[in-house]
Amino acid sequence: MNNLQVFTRGLVKENPIFVLLLGMCPTLAVSSSAFNGLGMGLAATFVLVCSNVVIALLKNLIPDKVRIPAFIVVIASFVTIVDLSMQAFTPALSESLGVFIPLIVVNCIILARAEAFASKNGVLGSLLDGLGMGLGFAIALTILGGIREILGDGKFFGFPLFGENPTTILLFILPPGAFIALGLVIAFVNKFVKKTA
Amino acid sequence: MAKKLESNFVNMFVVLLVIGLVAALALGFTYSKTRPEIEAAAQKKQEKNITAVLEGITYDNKPLAEKYTVDGFDGLELYPARQGGELAGVAVKTVSPSGYSGNVWLMVGFKPDGTINRTSVVEHKETPGLGTKMDTPWKDQYNGKNPGTNNIKVRKDGGEIDAITAATISSRAFSDAVQKAYDAFKKGGEK
Repeated sequence: MNNLQVFTRGLVKENPIFVLLLGMCPTLAVSSSAFNGLGMGLAATFVLVCSNVVIALLKNLIPDKVRIPAFIVVIASFVTIVDLSMQAFTPALSESLGVFIPLIVVNCIILARAEAFASKNGVLGSLLDGLGMGLGFAIALTILGGIREILGDGKFFGFPLFGENPTTILLFILPPGAFIALGLVIAFVNKFVKKTA
Repeated sequence: MAKKLESNFVNMFVVLLVIGLVAALALGFTYSKTRPEIEAAAQKKQEKNITAVLEGITYDNKPLAEKYTVDGFDGLELYPARQGGELAGVAVKTVSPSGYSGNVWLMVGFKPDGTINRTSVVEHKETPGLGTKMDTPWKDQYNGKNPGTNNIKVRKDGGEIDAITAATISSRAFSDAVQKAYDAFKKGGEK
């Protein structure tokens, strides 16, 4: 598999959300608006790229039996760095994502990529893998957030699409709407993307 | 490709220790770099909210510097605004625990007689599209009401506030927080 494939498969073919169905908890919780989805996706991408690179660098120095705790410490450090930086420089975003930024630590996409890819591959490959998977996650969250925001709130990235007080399907903003929207998008992906990819 | 370190006790101990130390150093460094920014952002937000709820009131002091609290009202902070030493109004940071998902933090500005001047939403985790509507012109209906003479509960509870459609709980929390702010202001006296 060449580097380009490593990068692109996270975007569509092995999209962590729509195809691998990893990291569902933050996906359902933060995708109530396109902006939240994008912010969460980019934060996760940063953590994923950094932790993949560091783990690929250290893979021969970490004894097998303690690899999981070692990975978690690396991941948790990057998450805390992101969390603090967001509080400092983008307080509004940090407020709306709230508890879900610290929870990137236990996002299974990140540990899964560390374990399944970065600990077995070189630095460049791991970087591209992290970037591809992270962007795939971000794109998926933004799409899902966009759909829910448009249907449930009549806005897209906070910009009103249908005038001031549109009649909207509130359900899509509420938690059940997250499941329904996700299910529909996955069905769409299965029908049109997966077969040809 | 170099050989993997063997999983013996010394290797595992040393590797985890070193990783932990490096991580701790990196975090300490980040924390010390971001702390002033985080505090400045919080301070700025507080100032912005105080200015917003004291709109229309003239004052020449710095309310933020004269913060005081009232016994029995945990979490509430009062910021008096003065003009030439006379109390011109007070901004009260208040909280209600009865939001739909967690605490609802508000800043409420009172005139010296207890009339609500303006309200401002500080922080909440209400449902987007429903409870979040509290941060719209909806909250203007509180302006000019005096919790001492007006009943600021929502209509469903016998008050005079129109609740947000499909977000009665959030509306109740808003009223609850405003009422608490008023009580604290009255109990704390005009310091």
